Amino acid sequence: MTSRRRFLAVVGGALAASQATAQLDPNIQALRRAALAKAIQKVTEGKPMRTGKVKLQVPPLIDNGNTVPLSVAVDSPMTATDHVKAIHVFTEKNPQPYVLSAYLGPRAGRASISTRARIADTGQVIAIAQLSDGSFWQDSVSVVVTLSACLEDGLI
Amino acid sequence: MARVAITAPSRAKKGEVIEIKTLAAHVMENGFRRTQEGTLIPRDIITQFACTYNGVEVFRAELYPAMAANPLIAFTTVAAESGTLEFKWTGDNGYSATQSVTLTVT
Amino acid sequence: MRAAALVLSILCTSLAAGEIPLAERRSGYEFMGRETRAMQDDDSTNPALFWLMDGETLWNRKEGAAACASCHRSMAGVAARYPKVDSGRAVNLEQQINACRTERQKAAPFAYESRELLALTAYVARQSRGMPIAVESNDATRPHLEAGRELFKRRQGQLNLACTQCHDDNWGKQLAGTTIPQAHPTGYPIYRLEWQGLGSLHRRLRNCMIGVRAEPYPYGSPELVDLELYLMWRARGMKLETPGVRP
Repeated sequence: MTSRRRFLAVVGGALAASQATAQLDPNIQALRRAALAKAIQKVTEGKPMRTGKVKLQVPPLIDNGNTVPLSVAVDSPMTATDHVKAIHVFTEKNPQPYVLSAYLGPRAGRASISTRARIADTGQVIAIAQLSDGSFWQDSVSVVVTLSACLEDGLI
Repeated sequence: MARVAITAPSRAKKGEVIEIKTLAAHVMENGFRRTQEGTLIPRDIITQFACTYNGVEVFRAELYPAMAANPLIAFTTVAAESGTLEFKWTGDNGYSATQSVTLTVT
Repeated sequence: MRAAALVLSILCTSLAAGEIPLAERRSGYEFMGRETRAMQDDDSTNPALFWLMDGETLWNRKEGAAACASCHRSMAGVAARYPKVDSGRAVNLEQQINACRTERQKAAPFAYESRELLALTAYVARQSRGMPIAVESNDATRPHLEAGRELFKRRQGQLNLACTQCHDDNWGKQLAGTTIPQAHPTGYPIYRLEWQGLGSLHRRLRNCMIGVRAEPYPYGSPELVDLELYLMWRARGMKLETPGVRP
């Protein structure tokens, strides 16, 4: 069961309160949120993002943050005049916000990609689709990242 | 030994949307990890992936350190004509891998 | 004699103190999320496939006097019966592969946890996928089973914890946000997400020992092989899933 949040692409406005307590130092959290906002800004060039069309699937409770299966599907006819140009995936808490940028086009037939990401800490995962008409659409999922018990280095 | 694995149908009907799954053997060292002594382990990742269909690019991706090791990239393409799908990965430290599959479209 | 009979009866019954009843045993697979299970199930996207490819190459490559393929055909059922007891010593699959290399192929043994040994072990064990684990309790294995079981039940490390306390008594409950599995070695060598690579049971057991802040036994040590024998016997009848994916 995923929970959707309206993601506000404003620095400091991303007050996505995670349901579980994240482990990151609040100062570092703030820096990473700022980096995320900047990365999104670069993609959208300040244009507004709308909610809808995009469906991001990530497990809400993650077995291990090193390898997290995720998929993005965008509702689009994928014709020459109406298609998805790009799909960008970001995380809120990773040391750098980018995960993947995929470039599609009408030859894709369907706007649907799957991959495996690293998610460092409990927080938001965001997918942004850029359509051929220049509009941006987004979806985000709140995930909880657990840590494996019994590690090699004995570090917690 | 740049190992990759492609899963794609060998035959399809014209206009059919086919699913392609690709896997590349790569540690995807993210550049943020440190050794026990504290030394930063330098970044070593795949940065680009592209698929061309009879020479025309139909899919491209930029990969970042947040991609998991042994990265999976799955996408779709329309079976337009018979031919060759070529896949290419490039990355840090001169990493490069290619693989191709043939597709018969009826 | 009575003491031996008592030990025998304890080892033979599945309802000894703290042990999981046979019918309630579940593989670590069942404690994972749906997406992680899908990663294991799909042969085309299970990351272990690269090690399997390497294993196949090594299997067919002439090393020293011969290739593995020169003497062996199908290895179906083999991994399900390991560890074995040979000349009073418990031997696991990795050690058997190295014994073949040194004695038959006249080649150097592979180091524990080396890419080659993992690849070959995975390639061999994969051929027993879906088969029930078939380690028995008999005159030869019994002393090693007993030693392994004793280690499983012994408190150790700075945290003073025994394997049985988590994996027999508290499986299904949460430890640091993760569900505690029953600790059946049903998928080894596994692609562990934490390692982002393939690894052996001994690597995982050493992780457990470090987890309770105990000095871990060396790879291939008699202690770990006896424990491995006990764990495989404890999982007898359960299906082998190699190559498993685990968190």
